[in-house]
Amino acid sequence: MFKLETRPQPSQLMSVASPVLALAITVVIGTVLFMLLGKDPVRGLQMFFWEPIKSGYAWSELAMKATPLLLIALGLSVCFRSNVWNIGAEGQFILGAIFASGVAMQAGPGTSRWIVVAILAAGVLGGMAWAAIVALLRDRANANEILVSLMLVYVADMVLSYLVYGPWKDPQGYNFPQTITFAAATKIPRLIDGFRANIGVLIGLAAVAGFWVLLFRTFAGFQLQVGGLAPAAARYAGFSSRRALWMSLLLSGGMAGLAGGLEAAGPLGQLTPNAPAGYGFAAIIVAYVGRLHPVGTVFSAVLLSMFYIGGELAQSRLGLPKSLTGVFQGLLLFTLLACDTLIHYRIRWAAARPAPARSPAPAAAVKEA
Amino acid sequence: MLRLELLGISKQYPAVKANDNVSLRVAPGQIHAVLGENGAGKSTMMKMIYGAVKPDEGEIRWNGQAVQIASPAMARELGISMVYQHFSLFDTLTAAENVWLGLDKSLSLEAVTKRITEVAKVYGLDVDPLRPVHTLSVGERQRVEIVRALMTNPKLLILDEPTSVLTPQAVETLFVTLRQLASEGCSILYISHKLDEIRALCHHCTVLRGGKVTGEVDPTKETNASLSRLMIGAEPPELQHREARVGATVLEVRGLNLPKEDQFGMTLVDVGFEVRAGEIVGIAGVSGNGQQELMAAMSGEDTRAAPDAIRLFGQPIGRHSPRRRRKEGLHFVPEERLGRGAVPTLSLAMNTLLTRTEAVAAGGWIRVGEVQRLAEELIARYKVKAGGAGAAAKSLSGGNLQKFIVGREIDANPKLLIVSQPTWGVDVGAAAQIRAALLALRDAGCAVLVVSEELDELFEICDRLVVIAQGRVSPSIPTAQATIELIGEWMSGLWNKTAKPHQETDHVQA
Repeated sequence: MFKLETRPQPSQLMSVASPVLALAITVVIGTVLFMLLGKDPVRGLQMFFWEPIKSGYAWSELAMKATPLLLIALGLSVCFRSNVWNIGAEGQFILGAIFASGVAMQAGPGTSRWIVVAILAAGVLGGMAWAAIVALLRDRANANEILVSLMLVYVADMVLSYLVYGPWKDPQGYNFPQTITFAAATKIPRLIDGFRANIGVLIGLAAVAGFWVLLFRTFAGFQLQVGGLAPAAARYAGFSSRRALWMSLLLSGGMAGLAGGLEAAGPLGQLTPNAPAGYGFAAIIVAYVGRLHPVGTVFSAVLLSMFYIGGELAQSRLGLPKSLTGVFQGLLLFTLLACDTLIHYRIRWAAARPAPARSPAPAAAVKEA
Repeated sequence: MLRLELLGISKQYPAVKANDNVSLRVAPGQIHAVLGENGAGKSTMMKMIYGAVKPDEGEIRWNGQAVQIASPAMARELGISMVYQHFSLFDTLTAAENVWLGLDKSLSLEAVTKRITEVAKVYGLDVDPLRPVHTLSVGERQRVEIVRALMTNPKLLILDEPTSVLTPQAVETLFVTLRQLASEGCSILYISHKLDEIRALCHHCTVLRGGKVTGEVDPTKETNASLSRLMIGAEPPELQHREARVGATVLEVRGLNLPKEDQFGMTLVDVGFEVRAGEIVGIAGVSGNGQQELMAAMSGEDTRAAPDAIRLFGQPIGRHSPRRRRKEGLHFVPEERLGRGAVPTLSLAMNTLLTRTEAVAAGGWIRVGEVQRLAEELIARYKVKAGGAGAAAKSLSGGNLQKFIVGREIDANPKLLIVSQPTWGVDVGAAAQIRAALLALRDAGCAVLVVSEELDELFEICDRLVVIAQGRVSPSIPTAQATIELIGEWMSGLWNKTAKPHQETDHVQA
């Protein structure tokens, strides 16, 4: 039998090193996995850790996938720090994409490029509206936000299906469930010609700075965090828990909606039932691997998008199932949680002690003096 | 032959050596005090005797034989019983059912009920076995715990700070029971930091300081000062008392009624008292009689009170938020320091922001340098031992964190300071410093309201006292005219008989 014992002083260094350690362990387990699947582990790891970064084009693709993860994870970090468990960023992402598409479909050949601003604003509003349902139910009816936000993901999926199979279906689309292809003016501007990465990357990096300031330099951010760290202290100080609930949900919903808008008017260019790619769920892992810190989130978003790209490459080049992406994401989160546990606790082997058996008869334990 | 002997016992915890080569010798029928401050190692020692913790080194002898006490169950089989400071009773079960749970199930509930009545009668412990525990007062609950401990005919009874929840009269009753038990040959280990009680009750006293035994004395031959020297290594400094210069009424509470928020809370009924500038008013009472509810209504954490039930400088504030009350001059120090008075994982600097927003610029921007400077000032002025303004609140000892929090509120220049349990779990030196700071604040013309379960403390610093019992508050009495006996009687709710008519009588239905 072993038990966990609290460490008197958890190492500061280790809590930063923990994600790196977790990644290393994930790589080791991944190597074993490739060998068990009968594939060359070097080739396999190459797909995940080298192919996604070996060229400018690869970097552009990486940034494309990392941007939505980053945006959503930034919002979720604030949520999780304030003890509000929004698990439904995926749903807010979908609503953001729907709202943004609604605006994008209005564009015609003569529309100004500035419609992009309206598209993104609509995305933000869509995500916020979806998250506001969660906040409202929690605030008014004390409904558990974990369940409500998660369930609303499936409702959002249904709304999307209804639109693309119904009123928004492209009349010239050969009956495929998809909207019209959006007009050229709605396209999110690209950073460099020839590469798919767009200004979403810049928006993401600006958001990192914005969230850092919010969390560590503003009183509003401080109040949010106190509500999460010590609710009784927040009550004592007089910080409103309702305000924290609404603010964190609207923020994270808005960020997820923004990511949805960027995705719809960016690489997708039209709305299909396949628009949601699981970014909303993967962003939960991104937020935790990034230590709920805006800067850390940048690194973890890049890492998780490497897993996405690696999984696709492993499928097309090595004939491995695409679900490998999910396996790697899960492994990373699992090893990270294990590392974190060992930073705060250490293992004691209870059997290593010269003690009598667990519950001996008292007479047996009384030695003759 | 000794009933219990500890030889060279040591216990190392990750951060601290809780017991360092300690020894203890308890004779049969002896009431043996273990005296020490919080953190001196008393609880660890008891847990080892009771089998909850295993010693790293040393030997425990029971009736002359070396034993290894592997579990509390084994301790009970040897004849050791323990009454914890924090009761372990199920609120929704009756007293008898609670006692029955702790016994092996050879007896039926009826037999246990009968036995409880017998034991209670023999030792003069007034317990109704059929009442649900949540309807019992704290003193009654303790009696249930003691009866439970006595059901197995123990040879050694351990009591951990048993009087912290009792009125002075209930303490006397407890002592009668304990003396009777001892005369029948049961040894008693009596853990406490209250010197008067130890001198009145105990035959022998082992003093612990920093995990080591610093003295073994006969307490009846010692003075409070000499015991205190053994316990803290020094005598606490004398407090400076100046004549009170009482000014205008600052806080006025009238007809405050507040239904309880949960099943086990306390309903406040027609509470009324006032606090004037330049005086300290103390609220005495046994814990759980409505203190927490009253404090939440005062601080603004509970805003259900009628607006005019609480007036600050004549203005109704019953519905104002804590932040608004602070702006109006009311500051509050809660009894829980970690998690309520301070956020454990945040730095001391950030923790100033809970109640001090001078460093927040318009637009909500935090001026980090200013926050830092405020924390450093507080640390220096109130002699807080901490690793700087960046140290996490949880890294401080209880006493140092309390000095920081009290300092944070005093430094805000309050017009009314409300402090709940100012020195709970605080070492003697820090306690004296906090009391001195409260007196200085009073002398500077601030109104101060103190809630405490330590009567000694209230008598030491307060100008007037009121007593809270069963959610009602007694009329006030000047401390100079009060006696421990009188306050003790009031703590049972019996003030209508003795309260003099010329004091605030408007809510006493004589």
